[in-house]
Amino acid sequence: MTIKAKPERKPLISLQNIQKHYGEYHALRGINLEIGEGEFFSLLGPSGCGKTTLLRTIAGFEDIDSGSVMLAGKDMMGVPANKRPTNMVFQSYAIFPHLTVAENVAFGLRKSPLSKVEKAEAAEAALNMVGLSGYGNRAAHALSGGQRQRVALARALVLKPKVLLLDEPLSALDRKMREQMQVELIKLQREVGITFILVTHDQEEALVMSDRIAVMFEGEIAQCDDPEVLYRRPKTKRVADFIGVMNFLPATCRHEGGKKIVNIVGLGETEITEEQCPEGFPEGAATVGFRPETLTILYEGQTPTHREAPAMIEEVVYYGDMTYYDVKFDGVDTPVRLSMRNLFGRDVLEVGTRARISWSPGALVVFG
Amino acid sequence: MKTLKTYAILYLVFLYAPIFLLPLFAFNTSTIIAFPLTGFTTEWFTALLDITEMHSALFNSLKIAVTSAVLATIFGIFGAMASTRYHFPGQKGIMGFIMLPLVLPEIIVAVSLLVVILKLGLSTGSWSVIAGHTLICTPFAIAILNSAFAALDPSLEEAAYDLGETRASTFRRVTLPLVMPGIVSALLISFTISMDEFIIAFFLTGADPTLPVYLFSMLRFPKLLPAVMALGTILVVLSILLITIAEIFRRRGAKRAGLKDTGGFL
Repeated sequence: MTIKAKPERKPLISLQNIQKHYGEYHALRGINLEIGEGEFFSLLGPSGCGKTTLLRTIAGFEDIDSGSVMLAGKDMMGVPANKRPTNMVFQSYAIFPHLTVAENVAFGLRKSPLSKVEKAEAAEAALNMVGLSGYGNRAAHALSGGQRQRVALARALVLKPKVLLLDEPLSALDRKMREQMQVELIKLQREVGITFILVTHDQEEALVMSDRIAVMFEGEIAQCDDPEVLYRRPKTKRVADFIGVMNFLPATCRHEGGKKIVNIVGLGETEITEEQCPEGFPEGAATVGFRPETLTILYEGQTPTHREAPAMIEEVVYYGDMTYYDVKFDGVDTPVRLSMRNLFGRDVLEVGTRARISWSPGALVVFG
Repeated sequence: MKTLKTYAILYLVFLYAPIFLLPLFAFNTSTIIAFPLTGFTTEWFTALLDITEMHSALFNSLKIAVTSAVLATIFGIFGAMASTRYHFPGQKGIMGFIMLPLVLPEIIVAVSLLVVILKLGLSTGSWSVIAGHTLICTPFAIAILNSAFAALDPSLEEAAYDLGETRASTFRRVTLPLVMPGIVSALLISFTISMDEFIIAFFLTGADPTLPVYLFSMLRFPKLLPAVMALGTILVVLSILLITIAEIFRRRGAKRAGLKDTGGFL
């Protein structure tokens, strides 16, 4: 079944049953996916899941065994990378070290019908767009990592591709620079309106930047959704575990008078809805998952907004704005993680403190 | 520590002292190569101008060395690209066979080539020396170019292709400029090897000897020895000049390409 582009977007890329082997290794196992016009789409997964292979397939660098790649209504079968309306930003940026910044940016314009002056103007405009105006005459090898990244973007965007492909573009940058570039990339994408397809193994990066994310494991798309849906309603335990932090506790499920009841070890019984069970309601043994921020420590005099359970604080990890607590509910051996904002006047609790924990039945996800 | 230092100094003396003797006797007035020196003269250098056989030998050597160097470097580019850019069955074995002449005794190469040429009913000449020299220079060229190609990020070529270039124009606009220092090195090393190669040239040269072969034949005439010394001096100076120029080019190229200087040959 093909994962469709959102109804409000015109589909630009359509991948049909893409299969790819590297010798014995089955790299892509039947990818069926549509990506919409102007979408910021991410391929997210651990290394070796096939996300880069899929990106390179769209770019035209990989020969697939079977399946089809349609781009703007045209079959890309037999169309090599240099003839496709896609451009790529490589992980190593691949800035030509023997050329100046301007020569790098104008590299792809050689065969364009523009005049020399127009080409130089286009290159300068592209540099301006990525915040590097006036850098044209610099030697490319003298640039910093962040600047190389911007040159790579300008070089690809100057050709006005239908799709910009980004292969782990931020992984070589330090944390501060990376976070800054994430915001800039989002702004840039909105400005140019071109479809961006980003490959990343960093779930946070994917959540921050994307309109839609496809999570891939072992050459298959496990789930494709908006960041919020992906985070709140992961379809499988594996996706839940891969995106952010997810606590898991064992539970048993039963029907009772038309109601769906789950009995969680240490937390007790609660009713759940159909949509909290992405894999269907599991009769009998099950696992419930919940995010750290859906748990709250109740301080003196606070009343729970939902349900309450006693626990012991096992570990405290202080992050400045946040504190992560690993707590054990009474009668449960596995610790669960919860996060608290360090609001002004609120004390950070110590290891060994007993605490009342508020939890929300509506935030649970139940897996078979 | 002290023994190591002594060893290093002795090693260098042993290596370079004979070369310093060349200019010493080239400017000496006596025709006998022996101490004490008898006086300063430049007559051996002017004598060189009159030995026309030597001129034709030198010209012949230059012709052979330039041709072999260009051929070996072109083959070297093909070989290095095959070994670093592609993967095919039997790749290691094939590369091994290509590199084999590096350790094969030259006398074997020379004799077997001679046998083949004679059996084919062909006559030896400059072309057969060029063939032999290309054969022994190619592995050196491949070794040098291999490291040049291996240091080149394959994404650079992919990026150029992605930006609309063809395979051929990618090679011209990106690959070639970036491996140019390697190509210059390969050309120079091959030229140097061919220029002073003796055994293959001795077996395969026809009526026109190369410079080393000619010099060897001249050793039978003691009168000509100081002139040989003078020629040697000129060659040493030229070699140093050539290598220095090559090194300057290599460093400039590496700097322009923003690569870390890994030392090269000097």
